Amino acid sequence: MNDQTLFSIFFSAMVVNNFTLAMFLGLCPFMGVSARVETALRMGLANIFVLVLTSLSAWFLNTFVLEKVPFLRIISFIIVVASLVQIVEMVVKKISPVLFRQLGIFLPLMTTNCAIFGLAIFQTNRGYGFLQGIVFAVGAGLGLTLALVLMASIRESVEFSDVPAIAKGTGLVLIIAGTLSLAFMGFAGLL
Amino acid sequence: MKKTTPSQDFVRGIWKENAVLIQMLGLCPALAVTNTVKNALAMSAATFFVLCCSSVLISTFKRLIPKEVRISSYILVIATFVTLADMILQAYAPVQHKELGAFIALIVVNCMILGRQEAFSSKNNVFRSLLDAIGVGIGFTIALVMMGGFREILGVGTFFDISLFGPNFEPWVSRVLPAGGFLTLGFILLAMGYFEQRKKAKPPKVEAETVEVSS
Repeated sequence: MNDQTLFSIFFSAMVVNNFTLAMFLGLCPFMGVSARVETALRMGLANIFVLVLTSLSAWFLNTFVLEKVPFLRIISFIIVVASLVQIVEMVVKKISPVLFRQLGIFLPLMTTNCAIFGLAIFQTNRGYGFLQGIVFAVGAGLGLTLALVLMASIRESVEFSDVPAIAKGTGLVLIIAGTLSLAFMGFAGLL
Repeated sequence: MKKTTPSQDFVRGIWKENAVLIQMLGLCPALAVTNTVKNALAMSAATFFVLCCSSVLISTFKRLIPKEVRISSYILVIATFVTLADMILQAYAPVQHKELGAFIALIVVNCMILGRQEAFSSKNNVFRSLLDAIGVGIGFTIALVMMGGFREILGVGTFFDISLFGPNFEPWVSRVLPAGGFLTLGFILLAMGYFEQRKKAKPPKVEAETVEVSS
């Protein structure tokens, strides 16, 4: 068991150890769907939802199933994540077809989104309990959303500016991400 | 899809369609564990192992895997080999295993591996899938070691724990921190864009035959 307070877990997951900017998890959507603020925001919210569900199921698996067979952890986690993403995909398709089209390939790709799988692994390694896991998931999800929205708004504002031809595309995105990450380093001493 | 020769299968993944630098796949490990060359090598070795084994297995059984559940089957195969790699590393290189931590498990969600299975192994025979996997694996290793090299030399002043500049070197600490990862890869991409542009500006000589991206 881990005896960190809920607030420090939340704050650490959200800003200090931000999943995207400090731990490099969930980079594919970070590069892919960060062109528009609105899409980024929705992608972030979908992420929070999946993260919380993952945290619940990982806790359940750890407590009741995996005690005796720890070597099955990676396999069972990935199955759980894959089926969760499938469910979310169906729900989103039903509730909001527009959002479904906007997220496109990145919704099924959430299966191979390191942030979600990483959350399950980190939660296990640090021995978080039930409530701590949920708080960790919400914090991490909010952190992802924060990074995505920041990135999207920066990209929207540099869209029409005159960048050198060699920097068009991913190179520029990575440099912006690096600068954002430098800014987030300022939080490092807080906890 | 254009027909390719086995040697093209092998060479293409190394540089021309380098998974990390050109296709931008598998970025998470490329950025997260490349703060030293040693970590980068351990990570590449584990990924290489998983990639080759799963390519061989999947191309062997490609006729038996139903189309509807192929992605989940691939993931299961990959997860099995990642578990193996995790255990092997834990047994024989405990220090490295501890340094890499959760990122060994995260090889499962490396899009590069799944991408190769979907794009190549599920359509080609065992021998060529293995060649392709080795090529892509070498390309991945090159990219990771390059990143690790830059970051370790600038950020710590060492290469493979051997001090390069003597005691007076003031390390550029931010290179080994997360921000350094983004910036290093960003600058590598900018440099590649620059060379690409210069190549285009020159009058084209005999156009080398390009291999089409298999999709």
